[in-house]
Amino acid sequence: MIEIKDLHKSYKMGNNSLHVLKGINFKVEEGELVAIMGSSGSGKSTLLNILGMLDELDEGSYTLDGVPIKNLSETKAAQYRNKFLGFIFQSFNLINYKSAAENVALPLYYQKVPRKERQEKAMQYLEKVGLKPWAEHLPNELSGGQKQRVAIARAMAAEPKVLLADEPTGALDSKTSYEVMDLIQKINDEGNTILVVTHEEDIAHMCKRIVHLKDGVIVEDKKVEQVRAEQYV
Amino acid sequence: MFNRDNWKEIFDTIQKNKLRTFLSGFTVALGILIFVVLYGFGNGLINTFNEFFEDDATNTFFVFPGRTSMPYKGYKSNRQIEFDNSDLADIEESFPLFLEYVSPRVDRSGMVKYKNESNNYTTRGVSESYQFAEKTIIMKGRYLNQEDIKDKAKYAVIGRLVEKDLFKNESALGKYIDITGSVFKVIGVFQDDAGDDEERRIYIPYTTRQLIEKNTDKINQIVIGFKPEIGYAGAMAFEGQLGKFIREKKYIDPNDQRGFFIRNVADQLKQNQQFAGVLQIIVAFVAFGTIIAGIIGISNIMVFVVKERTKEIGIRKALGATPKAVISTILLESVFITTVSGAVGMIIGVGMLSSLGDTLKDYFITNPFINMGTAIFATIVLILFGGLAGYIPARRAARIKPIVALRDE
Repeated sequence: MIEIKDLHKSYKMGNNSLHVLKGINFKVEEGELVAIMGSSGSGKSTLLNILGMLDELDEGSYTLDGVPIKNLSETKAAQYRNKFLGFIFQSFNLINYKSAAENVALPLYYQKVPRKERQEKAMQYLEKVGLKPWAEHLPNELSGGQKQRVAIARAMAAEPKVLLADEPTGALDSKTSYEVMDLIQKINDEGNTILVVTHEEDIAHMCKRIVHLKDGVIVEDKKVEQVRAEQYV
Repeated sequence: MFNRDNWKEIFDTIQKNKLRTFLSGFTVALGILIFVVLYGFGNGLINTFNEFFEDDATNTFFVFPGRTSMPYKGYKSNRQIEFDNSDLADIEESFPLFLEYVSPRVDRSGMVKYKNESNNYTTRGVSESYQFAEKTIIMKGRYLNQEDIKDKAKYAVIGRLVEKDLFKNESALGKYIDITGSVFKVIGVFQDDAGDDEERRIYIPYTTRQLIEKNTDKINQIVIGFKPEIGYAGAMAFEGQLGKFIREKKYIDPNDQRGFFIRNVADQLKQNQQFAGVLQIIVAFVAFGTIIAGIIGISNIMVFVVKERTKEIGIRKALGATPKAVISTILLESVFITTVSGAVGMIIGVGMLSSLGDTLKDYFITNPFINMGTAIFATIVLILFGGLAGYIPARRAARIKPIVALRDE
């Protein structure tokens, strides 16, 4: 599903160049649930941003579902993001003046899905994350866990190939974190490919594979026995 | 662009960001409103200027006698110049090319009585052609005619308010009034656009006045109407020749400025029109400045709006919004707000102007108006620039990498 070869990325900071990713080789198969771990500054978020086409790579190659991702125009990148990827952010990134249902329907709007179908789908995914009764609420009327669940519903609404979660539990207490992870595990159970960036051990162990990043290189890549989040909920 | 979904999205955004919408809309509406009102006031000023002259004919000279200030041809200085009937005839004879009519004007003030009612009025001895100079409108009866002048008839044409004062609800026509001891028959009642003062006058034949005053042939002033077709240049030439003629006839030094005076209405009108024109230019300049201020205002708000929405744009881009979609959403929103509020401002402005009417007449603004073409043009200019003001920051926002936009807090 995802294949990365010899990926390099550096940021220019004035006269200095900060080399963040120093040759990453990495492959994800369909249906995997991968945790990318590392301390802050290890380059894990940069890697996720590149995977999410939110940022561009300097060197190396990136293939997503057989499509080479290289030198994309803004418009093309937007279309690929819409088609291939769903994002879950640490700070939820919901549009604050839109209701939960409208937020979920937004990616479908950019897919030019007809209005009625959009609303139906949005409700369907809100139901899936257990927030159907909150469909008409604005984000500031929801708790942190609820917001993240809306964001997950939104990420899934476009039916992407890959879900990318950047510290999805970073802003949540442990109980809500486990609820969110439970949801992510269940989505993965249905065969969706999911990448989770985290620095929390327990969250990482709820995935099926852990990739450790340190100073811009992969230091460890192992399959783990998945801890089900359900038991903590 | 005319996709229903796009508009739904825009209306949602407008509805849910009321303050922002209000602020940008208010700026535009106010800009157009001030433009329309100022421009209308400019036109109102011009109307006032024109009205000053409207009630009197503009093809007129008024000649007043004065006192000489220089000795000339054996005459001493400080001599009172007087006009008499022969001057009228001479002027008529000498300028047939220019002249339309000549009338003397002899003003006397005095008590006028009818039965128990009496009041003080100005009685003006004139000839029949004076009607043209004053643009007197006859309401009933008739004006003085040549026969009346020749016969020195004791006829009077009285103003509308004289009739109202003295006769109350009666008709004055055919009644006899006492003007400072002489009895005159009322043959006509007139009105005059210049207002109350003019409508409290009484016109009688100047010959009758002269007869009452011991059969003198002196006259106070000479009113001369020239042919309108000689134009402004012709009027100025006529004024020069007339001045020379009077100087020669009355032995006044060519350099003496005080022997007599000519008031040239055409020249005054032209000067005032030029003055009004300059005023209009100044007003247009201020109004134009208002439009520019409006454009700057809407630009500032759009920059702020886009800045405020940077994160939202980042989210939308992460969800698959293309740069074009981002730009068109912001642009359509700004054009929509400017169009609606511009139209509102324009309509309020035009409505205000038309409801003002004559209420600001004391401030020299009469019937302020703006022609719709100018108002619509200004509105369209503001909409265009409002759109442009929205486009530039929107394009910049659409170019920001989503990752940068998402980091924006």
